Amino acid sequence: MAEESLARPFYTVLVLALVCSALVAGAVVGLRPRQEANRQLDRQKNILRAAGLYQGKGDVTELFKAVRTRVVDLESGEFVPEDRIDPKTYDQRRAARETDVSRALAKGEDLAGLSRRERYSLVYLVERDKRLDQIILPIRGKGLWSTMYAYVALDADLNTIRGISFFEHGETPGLGGEVENSDWQQGWQGKKIFAKDKSVALRVIKGKAEGGETAIHQIDGLSGATMTGAGVSSLLRFWFGEHGFQPFLTRMRHKGGQDG
Amino acid sequence: MADRARDLLLRSIIERNPIALLVLGICSALAVTSKMQTALVMAICVTLVTACSSFALSLVRHRIPGSVRIGLQITVIATLVILVDQILKTFYFDLAKQLSVYVGLIITNCIVMGRAEGFAMANPPGKSFLDGIGNGLGYAFILMTVSFIRELLGSGSVFGFEILKLTSNGGWYVRNGLLLLPVSAFFLIALIIWLLRTIDPVQQENK
Repeated sequence: MAEESLARPFYTVLVLALVCSALVAGAVVGLRPRQEANRQLDRQKNILRAAGLYQGKGDVTELFKAVRTRVVDLESGEFVPEDRIDPKTYDQRRAARETDVSRALAKGEDLAGLSRRERYSLVYLVERDKRLDQIILPIRGKGLWSTMYAYVALDADLNTIRGISFFEHGETPGLGGEVENSDWQQGWQGKKIFAKDKSVALRVIKGKAEGGETAIHQIDGLSGATMTGAGVSSLLRFWFGEHGFQPFLTRMRHKGGQDG
Repeated sequence: MADRARDLLLRSIIERNPIALLVLGICSALAVTSKMQTALVMAICVTLVTACSSFALSLVRHRIPGSVRIGLQITVIATLVILVDQILKTFYFDLAKQLSVYVGLIITNCIVMGRAEGFAMANPPGKSFLDGIGNGLGYAFILMTVSFIRELLGSGSVFGFEILKLTSNGGWYVRNGLLLLPVSAFFLIALIIWLLRTIDPVQQENK
């Protein structure tokens, strides 16, 4: 061990801290473009997975060309022109934190536990033969421990679920974390979100959804994950309710999927 | 010397296992062992960090003043962990997503600092490096054993491959939910410690 003097600890620490920070900064800056690309790719992969266009193989970037990204004003339900907000660069998560483009949710409104909701949301459109085939919406909400992020793909009738993909969450692995389980997610296909009176009827129940008229609005429960399931039900009620995508979906229904 | 090197590498697996004998690094052993794949990646990361930090600190051990050595050790370890985390995020994005916060928590893994302070500060770089690898292997041994039991009985699979067909997939095996919770690792590690100390009574503490 080295001789002690008053100045020595100071400059040893200084030199080491400089070397270490140079290493860390170099790695972070140097690797950032690739990490950003990874994150982008992961989001695209999950959008495609929700839409049933990706089954674990194929070039995600190539497949994603079939998807058109648009920005929607959640208040009015209108599409936002691309020259006002560029969907390629719009950062929805950041927008949800910025006070000028998001609003605080009152306690009664905040079913999904978000506390703030951004004004503009990305939506993804898949067309087939020049007609809207499905529409993929980003949804999120609190489970037991964490905010769960998912993409849900709706059929052109704007009611039937074509697929869902929960892709980011911090629920208990093996219990609530099973929202990631593809078998469970397959159970969502063909379910209907809205009841006849246009209220959100789809929810996660306890046990298995089988038989009867109501099963069309029921998702199998996850055993050991009551709170996570309740969170999923609540986030569905929020995002398909009046503070979520309802204005947009209503407008889409009237205009038959044409955008102006 | 050859014998000595082998000794440094292997003694930490059974004889002087960092988790079982020294009871270090328990926290991450609980957190990442519900699946074998994440446990393996974690074990590799910890081994790399322990070996490299021991090596680096051993290189400069004569220049480190005693009064600030703990701070310097943490700085070196933290730097290495951030590098590992960044590399994982860049090249193995899916794995990094599963490990989430736990890679960052390697910084607080007592094994890394325990070896730096307990061995590297008093031994040459080559030996310190081997000691780091050895302790990493010891850590890996416990992690893989615990995660094997937890994944097999908790999820019915090994490395993600289905071994016992679960009732939820139409099979016969009812999963044991307890083994998916972190507490189960406590029980398993305790059982391993008991087993090791029965086989090798030298490890028992004096009453």
